[in-house]
Amino acid sequence: MSVFKDSGHLFRLAALYAVGTLTFLGIRAFFVPRSFGQYGHYRGAAIAEIAAHPVHYAGHQACETCHADVQEMKRSGMHAQVNCEACHGPLAKHADDPSIQPAKLDTAVLCVRCHAASAARPKGFPQVAAVDHSNGLPCETCHQPHNPAIGAGGAK
Amino acid sequence: MTTGVEGYMYPNEITLYWSVLIVLYPYITGLVAGAFILASLERVFRVDAVKPTYRLALLTALAFLLVAPLPLQLHLGHPERSLEMYFTPHRTSAMAMFGFVYLWYLMAVLTVEIWLDYRRDIVVMAQSSSGLKRWIYRVLTLGSNNINERALAIDERVGWLITLIGIPSAFLLHGYVGFIFGSIKANPWWSSPLMPVVFIFSAMVSGIAAVMLLYMLIMRLRREKIDMLCVDTIARYLFYIFIVDFSLEMLDLVHRIYEADESFRTLNFMVHTKLYFSQIVLQIFVGTLTPILLLALTQVLKLPEIARKRIYTVAGCLTLIGIFAMRWNVVIGGQLFSKSFLGYTTYKMALATREGLLMSIALTLLPLFILWVLVKLLPPWPEKVQAEIPATTAAN
Ligand code: HEC
Ligand code: HEC
Ligand code: HEC
Ligand code: HEC
Repeated sequence: MSVFKDSGHLFRLAALYAVGTLTFLGIRAFFVPRSFGQYGHYRGAAIAEIAAHPVHYAGHQACETCHADVQEMKRSGMHAQVNCEACHGPLAKHADDPSIQPAKLDTAVLCVRCHAASAARPKGFPQVAAVDHSNGLPCETCHQPHNPAIGAGGAK
Repeated sequence: MTTGVEGYMYPNEITLYWSVLIVLYPYITGLVAGAFILASLERVFRVDAVKPTYRLALLTALAFLLVAPLPLQLHLGHPERSLEMYFTPHRTSAMAMFGFVYLWYLMAVLTVEIWLDYRRDIVVMAQSSSGLKRWIYRVLTLGSNNINERALAIDERVGWLITLIGIPSAFLLHGYVGFIFGSIKANPWWSSPLMPVVFIFSAMVSGIAAVMLLYMLIMRLRREKIDMLCVDTIARYLFYIFIVDFSLEMLDLVHRIYEADESFRTLNFMVHTKLYFSQIVLQIFVGTLTPILLLALTQVLKLPEIARKRIYTVAGCLTLIGIFAMRWNVVIGGQLFSKSFLGYTTYKMALATREGLLMSIALTLLPLFILWVLVKLLPPWPEKVQAEIPATTAAN
């Protein structure tokens, strides 16, 4: 009997911890989103939210339905495998509504993104030290972007 | 950008992401675990000589434990997100599980043990003090003023049990920090099953040295006599544990040298160049061999008291430097070389940034400040409270 009386403070401590744990569980229930853990260690609803994001890229098939001429020229050159939007940027809006004009590209910046000489690129990949190679001229002065081999598509 | 890089580094290896704050993290948790083990010497293993440091060791452990998560939070940013660790426990993340190891140690071991040990004093002080302090003590009593003999005897027994649970918990706390490094199989500098064990022993060494120094310092500041039997005993344990720690580290080294796996040439080169000062000079010679020799001297020679005090002070400080260097070499060293084993980078510590030198100095001083507050609030000197006990409770 007196053992219980004399350990009363321990029960108080235990009660304090119990209240603390319950408070924590309450806060947790409030803060953890409902769909957490539905598929894995993340919020399940996030998948639907991400799927609902607007599409920015149309894909090259879409471009080719209207720009068959470009596709034709591109097919025979070394850029055949390079996607339209890799150079032109996301153009889903333009593909939906062609009256939205795509931005003009600056080849002095665009081409070196892939072709600037760098030790990290595979040796066989065509690369140039832009300053020496073009002497500041835009690349499309001599290369046709859609079929870049000199003399292939003909410089513009 | 690539300054300080020799040879070949993968791009993501050039800058070190784990800064000096991540060095502080195992250092501080180590001090916690070590201080607690020292306290348990008295409680569980009945080494009565170290009794004067029992409470001080517990308060030191608490002060440092409260600061232990700060380096991590400063490093990661968004401290408010750390609660997510508890809201949505991630069982396969070693780092996320540390949150629970930490919580267990703080709430189930350290606070309970301190509370039980101080309960009598808290009740007494709740009656004898005034103002804000009185309120703090009153809250701490949890509304129970029962300090009769039976209640205290129950506290004593429960406290003993908590300490008993506390020893493996302290091992877990710091062994876990070692495990976090030791289990990274992609990094040959860290990946070693010996890591948790080495961490535990180095933790004991640093924690014991820290409490010994703090005890001598505080006694000096209070102009009281240092209990030499106590300090001698602590120094003897420090000496023994240090030897075990050193042997383990050497075992790890010999193992690595003999095994000489594909990473060995790189690591060996690193130890002889970039890590030479912090590893060979600071950690091994200055921070390990010198204090061990100094402590050995006090064991074999009959030195006068003043000489022993001085030796303990020097050895203690060197020990703390050495263990810090050890954490540094683990954390920073593990990021200096490329996984390609073809190159090395450099760590450049910032000064006044969120992860810079000033911040880490502040984080090292913060526990000492917290300790000062704790010592004011819960004086670890039993004789003083004894004298203050008013007649009312003495009658109990
Ligand atoms: C529905 C048909 C259609 C689709 C699909 C389409 N376009 Fe167009 N695009 C047009 C029309 C029409 C023009 C305007 C032509 C003009 O003004 O000479 C145009 C203009 C352009 C221009 C600018 C031409 C200039 O002279 O400045 C570019 C670049 C372009 N499209 C790229 C693309 C790309 C890349 C895609 C694929 C993402 C694409 N288009 C998809 C119809 C389409
Ligand atoms: C290697 C980069 C690159 C790729 C790949 C590329 N383009 Fe272009 N494209 C250019 C550049 C550069 C221009 C000229 C600058 C400008 O008009 O913005 C251009 C111009 C155009 C024009 C304007 C008319 C013309 O022929 O000059 C159209 C239309 C066009 N591209 C459509 C396409 C389509 C459709 C594709 C995919 C089949 C495609 N492009 C792939 C770089 C590229
Ligand atoms: C998205 C990356 C990318 C961009 C941007 C890009 N190219 Fe290319 N380019 C390639 C690839 C891929 C190849 C083919 C390499 C291969 O197959 O080995 C290539 C090949 C070439 C070749 C070699 C042709 C040959 O016949 O040897 C030239 C020249 C060239 N590109 C010029 C340009 C010019 C000019 C521009 C700017 C209008 C440009 N490229 C933009 C990816 C790119
Ligand atoms: C003044 C004309 C001119 C300009 C401007 C120019 N090029 Fe060229 N480019 C050439 C010629 C000529 C060749 C050589 C063709 C060959 O060897 O078959 C060449 C070849 C290349 C090659 C192929 C190199 C190889 O090893 O196969 C690449 C890639 C290239 N150019 C990229 C560029 C880029 C990028 C720019 C813009 C920064 C640019 N060029 C601007 C004339 C030009």
